[in-house]
Amino acid sequence: MSNQQKHWEKTRGLLFITLAIWFVFSIGIFLFGAEMNEVTGPFGYPWTYWFTCQGSLGAFVILIFWFANRQEKIDEEFGFSEREDE
Amino acid sequence: MKGNFIDNLPKVYGIYTGGFIGFIIIMAIAEQMGMTAKAIGIAFVAFTVFIYALIGWLSRTAQADAYYVAGRQVPTVFNGMATAADWMSGASFVAMAGGIYFKGYGYMALLVGWTGGYVLVASLLAPYLRKFGCYTVPDFIGTRYGGNLARFSAVVVLTVASFTYVTAQINATGTIASVALDIPFQYAVYVGLISILLCSMLGGMRGVTWTQVAQYIVLIIAYLLPVFWISNKMGAGFFPHFMLADEVARIGELEQQFGFVKNAAADLKSVPKGLAGITKAHSAVNATPWAFISLALAMMMGTASLPHVMMRYFTTPSVKAARKSVGWSLFFIFLLYSSAPMLATLSKLSLIDPNLPTGIIGKTFAEVEAIDWYQNWNQANLMFISDFNGNGTLELNEFFMGGKAVVLATPEIAGLPYVISGLVAAGGMAAAMSTADGLILAIANAISHDVYYKIIDPKAETAKRLLVARVLLVIIGFAGATIAAMEIQGILGSVIWAFDFAMSGLFFPLVLGVWWKRANRQGAIAGMLGGLAAGTWYLVWVRTGGSGFLGITQLTFGIFGSAVSLIAMVVVSLITAEPDKATQKMVDDVRVPSGKSILGKSH
Repeated sequence: MSNQQKHWEKTRGLLFITLAIWFVFSIGIFLFGAEMNEVTGPFGYPWTYWFTCQGSLGAFVILIFWFANRQEKIDEEFGFSEREDE
Repeated sequence: MKGNFIDNLPKVYGIYTGGFIGFIIIMAIAEQMGMTAKAIGIAFVAFTVFIYALIGWLSRTAQADAYYVAGRQVPTVFNGMATAADWMSGASFVAMAGGIYFKGYGYMALLVGWTGGYVLVASLLAPYLRKFGCYTVPDFIGTRYGGNLARFSAVVVLTVASFTYVTAQINATGTIASVALDIPFQYAVYVGLISILLCSMLGGMRGVTWTQVAQYIVLIIAYLLPVFWISNKMGAGFFPHFMLADEVARIGELEQQFGFVKNAAADLKSVPKGLAGITKAHSAVNATPWAFISLALAMMMGTASLPHVMMRYFTTPSVKAARKSVGWSLFFIFLLYSSAPMLATLSKLSLIDPNLPTGIIGKTFAEVEAIDWYQNWNQANLMFISDFNGNGTLELNEFFMGGKAVVLATPEIAGLPYVISGLVAAGGMAAAMSTADGLILAIANAISHDVYYKIIDPKAETAKRLLVARVLLVIIGFAGATIAAMEIQGILGSVIWAFDFAMSGLFFPLVLGVWWKRANRQGAIAGMLGGLAAGTWYLVWVRTGGSGFLGITQLTFGIFGSAVSLIAMVVVSLITAEPDKATQKMVDDVRVPSGKSILGKSH
């Protein structure tokens, strides 16, 4: 397998992990919205309410930065990261 | 100032922010000294629009690279701010808190949808499109799949989606300009349009970028300041985001106590159009999982297909910067979106809690009608009460309000000085203008670059191309304003439609263009046109009395459109020949960040 194929394989792996986490916070938890809302969550808000106001939104912000860092590492590992002067 | 403009950005915008805060303080002092509410409103809108126009003029350019992609040198954080302003429209600023106020959980799917989409943007598309080096979204489609028909189909989808969106934004600038400047809506729409064009006409993407950063600063101050102030004034907590649990619970208690009484149809006829009462629980889960998820999903996929957002990531210096920039965009959006439900909570509680001095439920009609702010907003056609049961006291089901009033009127209801209302008007104007600018530019650039330059006259010189782009900008702007003046659809409704149109036609052709090498021209064309046609058909069908299926409503028709698009694209791609070697090589090159971009520096 060429260097480029390996790079793409890892990139794709990272995509699947990212999309899985994204799925949990955007879709997964809302399948159980009614049940989860019965429980008190962070800062005293009901759990589902808190996720829709802040929790999921914040998770997406963190997820994107985490993804960007991981992808940079993958690019560096295979020597595909951009030179600063490009 | 020494050094070049880019290096000095933090200083420039720091001074600008300080200047704007200074302006707010001056207005506050002027109010104490007797400046009228109307004069303050005019001053806020006029001052901020003047600053944007000045930035637009300073950013004028005659180079294609600067006009289309701001020279590809916008730093990550600033591009994040510009994207956030580009993204947060009049709908986010003026209408969203209102939607949450009335519909509760069901509409909070918009918060999740309009943020979660950025994960798709960051992981599936933005870095790859940046590597491609295109000027517009159809530029990517046209080069990846080849041929004028593919390029043209992308222009069609882009135009349908963006135009639906932009009429809503021009409508919003018109509404705010007409309230703040006290002129009729039909003229105010054109005042709004001229302000929009002043930012984009001379500098193209460069002008829009630097005005959008300025507009973000105005809109975020204008949104957060009242939320914090009201929360503190009510004694609800100095940091509302972490401290409103008791207020949320209290609203639930009051809902139990009052109950949601259903009004008779005959009674509802007397309520002015566009106003609504509180009929849904505030924090309880009041929608089925599918209703919530389908709306969130449609908004997320729409986000990743809207060209005016995608093209912001063409302006970063590198692929790496494009990825980080998506994170910053979402962070800046998060600041406003996480505040919207807080504002809805504070607004609702201050109106319905009889224990609060501002509460009106349980008061007599004579008392409510004597309140100053009630009279003002009743006159503006945004508030209405009617004694349906004839008992003389105001009940929850007898109070009606327009969605815009939650953002626009709450400062006044809570007893904040008028300077805050002026600030909110300037913020709403900034939000609507920045989005309208991005959208009009996206349409005009696609037509001038992809239709005129790439298809009609590939030999055209830069000066001529940019002239065509500017003429188109004006034509599209005026067409949008003319339709906006007719007031066909509400702001929030048309914005949601735009997302559905975009995802129907563009989501899979864009994503598969990077992630599926086998995708070919025939498949992409089938995906774009089939998806758009299927989505449009579904919308028309549901609007004309069709029952719909699978719980897909007129707000989520993109789910059907994009499903058709995916199937059409995969099936047609597989039954036709695979893309040639050169195209496959191109896809391989797009997938690695290093090396030259696919399209040359000035194509």
